Amino acid sequence: MRPSKQRSANSALLRYLGLRLALLIPTVLILVTVVFFFMRVIGDPITAAQGGRLSASELEARREAAGYNRPIWVQYFEYLGNILRGDFGIASKDHREITEVVLTNGAATLELVFWALLVAFAVGIPLGRLAARYHDRLPDVSIRTFAVLFYAAPVFFVGLLLKLLFSSQLGWLPASGRATFETRLELGRMENPSHILIIDAVRSGSFDYVVDVLRHAVLPAITLGLLTAGVFIRLIRINLLETVQADYVTAARARGVAERKVVSKHAFRNALIPVVTVMGMEIALMLGGAILTETTFEWDGIGYQLSQYLLARDFIAVQGIVTAIALVIALASFLIDVINALVDPRVRY
Amino acid sequence: MAVVTPPPAPAAAPVTRVARRPGGKWYTKVPGYGLIRTTHGLQRTMLLVGLGLILLFLVAALFADFIAPYDFNQTRYLGVPFGTQQPPSADHWLGTTVGGFDVFSRVVYGARTALAVVVMAVAASIVIGVALGVVSGYLGGWLDRVLVLVTDALYAFPSLLMAIIVSIVVSSGSSSALGGMVSASLAITVIFIPQYFRVVRNATLSAKTEPFVDAARVAGSKPGRIMFRHVLPNVSQTIPVLTTLNASESILTLAALGFLGFGIEPSSAAEWGYDLNKATTSDVANGIWWTGVFPGLAIVLIVAGVTLIGESLNDVLNPLLRTRGGSTTTADEAELVEVVMAEAGDHRAPFERDDAVPPVTAAGDSRAAPGEAP
Repeated sequence: MRPSKQRSANSALLRYLGLRLALLIPTVLILVTVVFFFMRVIGDPITAAQGGRLSASELEARREAAGYNRPIWVQYFEYLGNILRGDFGIASKDHREITEVVLTNGAATLELVFWALLVAFAVGIPLGRLAARYHDRLPDVSIRTFAVLFYAAPVFFVGLLLKLLFSSQLGWLPASGRATFETRLELGRMENPSHILIIDAVRSGSFDYVVDVLRHAVLPAITLGLLTAGVFIRLIRINLLETVQADYVTAARARGVAERKVVSKHAFRNALIPVVTVMGMEIALMLGGAILTETTFEWDGIGYQLSQYLLARDFIAVQGIVTAIALVIALASFLIDVINALVDPRVRY
Repeated sequence: MAVVTPPPAPAAAPVTRVARRPGGKWYTKVPGYGLIRTTHGLQRTMLLVGLGLILLFLVAALFADFIAPYDFNQTRYLGVPFGTQQPPSADHWLGTTVGGFDVFSRVVYGARTALAVVVMAVAASIVIGVALGVVSGYLGGWLDRVLVLVTDALYAFPSLLMAIIVSIVVSSGSSSALGGMVSASLAITVIFIPQYFRVVRNATLSAKTEPFVDAARVAGSKPGRIMFRHVLPNVSQTIPVLTTLNASESILTLAALGFLGFGIEPSSAAEWGYDLNKATTSDVANGIWWTGVFPGLAIVLIVAGVTLIGESLNDVLNPLLRTRGGSTTTADEAELVEVVMAEAGDHRAPFERDDAVPPVTAAGDSRAAPGEAP
């Protein structure tokens, strides 16, 4: 009896994941379509970028050469075909391949998000537990006030305050960039750089480089991390408050398990499940926050690069990067769903 | 017939008299008084602080012309330039910016811009999102499927990025004050429509199975009338809390657009995000703090004010959600979202569990998710 039940549960899981995977396609397709047509509402990329700088006849010649005078549907399907082949185009601003932009600048964003998550966990989990433990008393109230403030403060304002205090006033930490010029230069000379500076710095074996990279990461990590920490605090607090009232926790207490152990082993572990789910949503939220954090600290991640292309009206680059971001988000949320379905047996559709 | 009949009393008068408590003081008529009365202790404090903050910014926005000593784009007084990056003084209470503007005046006028954009953005997204949600949920079919897919896809995408793209599309060419505000509002509207859509659509799905809808149909009502006279009033209770969440998010989005350089032109309206950008790029390195700190504080206070009201509103509208143990402190928005989703039943597509939502909502959605699995 049992094995067959197990098998049907597994096939239900597989069916759920298969459906979930199939739904990725329309999501990405819709986003690509929306962005493509939004961008074309303004005009073709060449007119948008060069309009006013070239004469009308020159513009027309360039448009023809690039194929922008063809019907928009032809261009649209050509674009889709290129994406399927992994060709995201070439930026007209600096002639970089978009795939290369996404990989190198994406690595920088990945590094920033990693540091920020570290801060978010280090701040959010203990504070969330503290708030739940002192429910409705002073620590809870003050921590929740902090959570509201973390949410209310725009990341670029937090970044500005940190820069004012730790960089301009105290002079402890660098105000912007991912490393000093020399470090960047040296690390750039490595073969097969990962573009994740801390990995490259460790590989170089130089202690100075590691310290330099870490010093540059502190303020951006805190800035982006606090935004996420606010979410974690609320989440952990409310889930812990709920799980400590669950029957299995009462049962553990009745068996004489020490209260400290009840909270940390029985309640807290289950309160963490939703955090996994939220990580999926956090990816989109953090990418939004990353654009702002990167601009504040001139961190040359994907968000910073994207806003540079946007300001230059380089719509080929914008299209390509946005498509890549949509792909990453869709894949990441799928992975989170897989993890979630494996961790939490109640999730089945 | 010499007796002149007294003019008929305004229709509303008797109603008001009944509604008012006998012997009520003048302040019982202030809007929001009823809301305050239903709160206690800490929750009331939070609500009052929130209301106070919003009132402060409302006053600043409405009477900016009288409060601000200078115009937001004024750089000289009686022909004498203010000077750039001047520290706070008697003439310029909060100093001047790198562009030679008076910081205090720009902070005050910024409230007007922020409120105008919030009102436009939230109103537009409610109208469009709710209408789409009711129609899609009630009619179902391929229209519903397509709309759900599209809004889900938009919802999963970083909202700020979407807002930037839309603002570029809309604003190309327009730099007037009104044009800038409208394009910023539109950019924000696009990211909010999916939120209203999904909440209202899900509520509609459960409302349309109620007997009164069948009754209306049997009585021969047209679909349009059923949707907007019968279904809509029954799904609209989910809107207020979402509105406060969106109000705070739209202020943050407006500021972010301004900060990134996709917002309103500085000469046509005062906008805090733009001022923060200028402060970050040109002032911070020199230790000039007054150009960035004050607009930033304005954003924090107004968003915190709206968030506090939202938390209280949520609790008052949903008394069942108060934290267990009989205490009357605020329930998190999380719990509201849970109820909204619970009302929606199991009609949610698998996609809807794991999308990008504003942080506050995010907490609730996720918490509700595991428990809701069949």
